[in-house]
Parts: sequence; structure tokens; C-alpha cells
Amino acid sequence: MSLEVMSSPDYMRDPRKHHFYPYADNGGTSVAIAGDDFVMIASDTRLSRGFNIFSRDQGKVFGLTPTTMMASSGCWADVLTLNKVLQARLTMYSHEHHDQMSTTAVAQLLSTMLYWRRFFPYYVSNILAGIDEEGKGVVYHYDPVGHMEKLTFSATGASVSQIQPLLDNQIGGLNMLDVQPPKMTKELARQLIHDAFVSAAERDINTGDGILIHTITKDGKTEETVKLRRD
Amino acid sequence: MFRNQYDNDVTVWSPQGRLHQVEYAMEAVKQGSATVGVKSSSHAVLVALKRASSELAAHQKKIMPIDKHIAVSISGLTADARVLSRFMRTECLNEHFAHNQALSLNKLMERVGAKMQIATQRYDKRPYGVGLLLAGFDEDGPHIYQTCPSANYYDCQAMAIGARSQSARTYLERHLEEFGSSTREELIRHALRALRDTLPNDVELTNKNCSIAVVGKGEDLSIYDDDDVNPYLEGLDQEERRGGAGGSRDAQPPAAEDDATAGAAASADATAAAPPPPPAAEDQGDSMETD
Repeated sequence: MSLEVMSSPDYMRDPRKHHFYPYADNGGTSVAIAGDDFVMIASDTRLSRGFNIFSRDQGKVFGLTPTTMMASSGCWADVLTLNKVLQARLTMYSHEHHDQMSTTAVAQLLSTMLYWRRFFPYYVSNILAGIDEEGKGVVYHYDPVGHMEKLTFSATGASVSQIQPLLDNQIGGLNMLDVQPPKMTKELARQLIHDAFVSAAERDINTGDGILIHTITKDGKTEETVKLRRD
Repeated sequence: MFRNQYDNDVTVWSPQGRLHQVEYAMEAVKQGSATVGVKSSSHAVLVALKRASSELAAHQKKIMPIDKHIAVSISGLTADARVLSRFMRTECLNEHFAHNQALSLNKLMERVGAKMQIATQRYDKRPYGVGLLLAGFDEDGPHIYQTCPSANYYDCQAMAIGARSQSARTYLERHLEEFGSSTREELIRHALRALRDTLPNDVELTNKNCSIAVVGKGEDLSIYDDDDVNPYLEGLDQEERRGGAGGSRDAQPPAAEDDATAGAAASADATAAAPPPPPAAEDQGDSMETD
């Protein structure tokens, strides 16, 4: 193209109607696996848009209470705002009730908050992981408008199509004959999460750079980082 | 003297240039049980005497957390205090949400003062009948603030409000030089001793009637109640009281009414004539719920 054309404004080069689209897809994948007395929640650390990488070190897991964490991916602006509003709601609850919100209460609150925005949704895929009132690990999976499912394992985000079938097979024992799934331990959960992310990073451009794995038990939280391929 | 003609509405001045409704509201603060606040160079502490309306009831909570770096102790109408606490909490939440930072104490006090002042200048409102002691830690260090129903607020090194609080203020004035360099534990001890001085001789601080709040450098707000108070009360009843309130509850001098010379409404809080008689345990059911 000639220099004059390249420097002319958009409306002269492209006479079609311009449309503002309020959402962006910033990638990110999360996985959570629950055991009898623990839950592990992990996300990759890549923040991207299309073929561009915004950050190689942006975790997507947010702490909510001492026993609950949330992983959110999708439109990063909505992720941040959702998290901010949720943190404010948690503080308000603890002021009124003189106690931290339980995992089940947070789960329901998140569902309600998402549905309030049914007609201009938070473009966010959420997984909530925590220890319930009986001390057991529990995972909740959400869609962008608040549909909530209580599960023992789940994946969400950019690489959900690659990772969820792997978990269904290895933890749920699905699509196999005469196989009992093993009892879930921290070592097994960690190994599965690691392998799932490594495989997803191979095939999906939106997943990679690193994994942040958080483990929650009634005694506290621990964190681990694992490197992933950066291409 | 001619007080009665000019004291029905908060929007009516007296010929002496006073708003009697505001001054009456400040009396409500003196009805509440005592609370003390002190600060050092690194920490701010609040202690409060919880009152139980009867043997059957729990002791009324006096210290309310506002944010991770601010607590408030109340004296007066508890319901009014809750309204102000809710306001302060939402102000702090909004600061976190919009500015990603903790609200500094001086900004918070400006907003609380402005809110309380509205109630002293509208015909359809009444002044807030509660005095607050705020303890907080922000980028300028530890702070103790006092508020009055007159909507004035004061930045203090140490302060005590509520019933028989003059004895506590006397203790605080005597030991003022020691607070700046006190450790966290020494500071709490000073506050407890000041609070203890407001009690009659036969009553002691226990883990049931005492609350403690601490906030400081590198330390988020902690509020201690019940058993958590025990380590701080350890050995306190062995120590000698200095200038305790003393005396029985029966023979009390009548509260002087003509304190017209007590000066501007703002300072009437601290140094009026003989403190009003403490309400006997039986009366408390009748009067407004001041704690």
C-alpha cells in the first residue's frame, strides 16, 4: 500500500460500520481436584490476547478465605472486577456475622453475583475450591452466568477441552471398562495437574509459561510453581 | 436558667449562643460505660468496659472492627454507634475497591465529622448520641481519635470517655510521657490500668467485662474478648490502684445543672462539674440503651 493510504484514518481505509465489542479473551486455564481432607487448585500463568503475550507471570488463583480459593479466567478486566467486588462482599459478611464465610456460602454468593449480570455477563470462567464445614475438599464449577455444579474435580478456561476429558478418565474412571479410579491423594492430584497442564501447553497457544498450584487443607495453604514451555 | 425555652430543637440557638440539644446529646456519652484509648510510637490500643444489662444478658460489645487497620470503641447510644460504624466500614471498603489502598484516619475522620454535623443543623434530625474512640494505624503511624455528638473530632495521644472516665484521664495525664516509648504489652497494661481506675473498689476487670483492641506497625487489627483477654489481665488485680473512683453507688452529689460557664459545647465533654451519678443496675432497663 502507498504511504498516504497507510497513514489515513481507519474510517477512510475501512468504510464499514465500526463496532465496539466489550469483551476480550485473555486466555488462562485452571484445574481443581478435591480429596477427602484437601483440595488442590491450579492455574497457568500466561496472560495473552490472540498471538500476543501480556504476561508470563500472572496467576489466576485468588484467595478468598483461609479455606477457600477461586480461579478465574477469560476477560481479565472482568476477572479483576469480579474479584474486587467479591472481596468487598466477603468483608461485609465478616463484619456482620463476626465470622468468615464458609465455602458453601461463598459458592452460592458467587453464583448469585454472576446471575445478577445475566444481561451483560462477566466474561469469566470460574472454579471455586475449598474445605467445607465437614473438613472435606470440594470443587465448584461455574459458567459465566452463574450456573454452579458441585464436583470433586474440574477444569475451566482456554484448555478446558483438552484437560477435562483427561480428568474424567483418570479420576472419574470414565470411558474405560472394569477400572476403579484410585483414591485421591495430594501426590496423585499434583501429578495429574502437572501432566494435564504440560499436555495442554503443547497444543494450545493460550496456555503455557508456568503453573501455580495451591493446596488447601484445614490447617492452611501452600503454594508451588512449575515451569511450562514458553512458546 | 432560660435553657428550657431554647432546648427543644437542635436548630434553635440559646441567647448565650449554645445549641442545647447538642449538649444534651453529649450527656448520653457520659452515660455509657468507660473506654480508654492510648497510642505509642508504633501501636494504638483501645480497651473498653462491657456492661451487661442484667445477669441474664451477655455483655454488650463495645469495640467494633472497621477495617484491618481501624477499630472503634463506643460510648452512648449503641444503635447510633452501629449506624456510624456501618458508614465507616463502607467508606473503608470503597477506598479499597476504588483506590486499592487503606483509608487514612484523617480522611475518615473528616467524613465522619461531616456526616455527624448534618444532624446538628437540620430540623428533622437529631445529633448522634454516641462518642467514639478510634484507634488506627496508617502511613502516618498510629492514631487515636475522639468524636463527640457535636461532630467535633480530636486527634489524641490518649483519651477516655464514658462513665467515670475522669479517673482514667487523670491516670493518662500522669503517665503521658511514658506512652510514646512503651512496648505493645506495656501500652495495653497502661490502658487497662486507666480503665480499672474508673471502677468502684469492689469491682475488678475480668475477661467477661473487658475488651481489648490492638493495631500497629506490621500488625493488623486484633480484638480480644473473653479468654483471649486473660494474658493481658494477668496480675493486674494485684497491682495497687491509684486514685480509684471509690465510694458506693448510693450517696452521690446531684449533678450540677447550671454549667453555663462550662464554655463552648466542644469542651463540655471533658471537664464539667461533678460527674452524673452512674445508673443503678435496676434502672438500666428504663433508660435508652446506652452502653
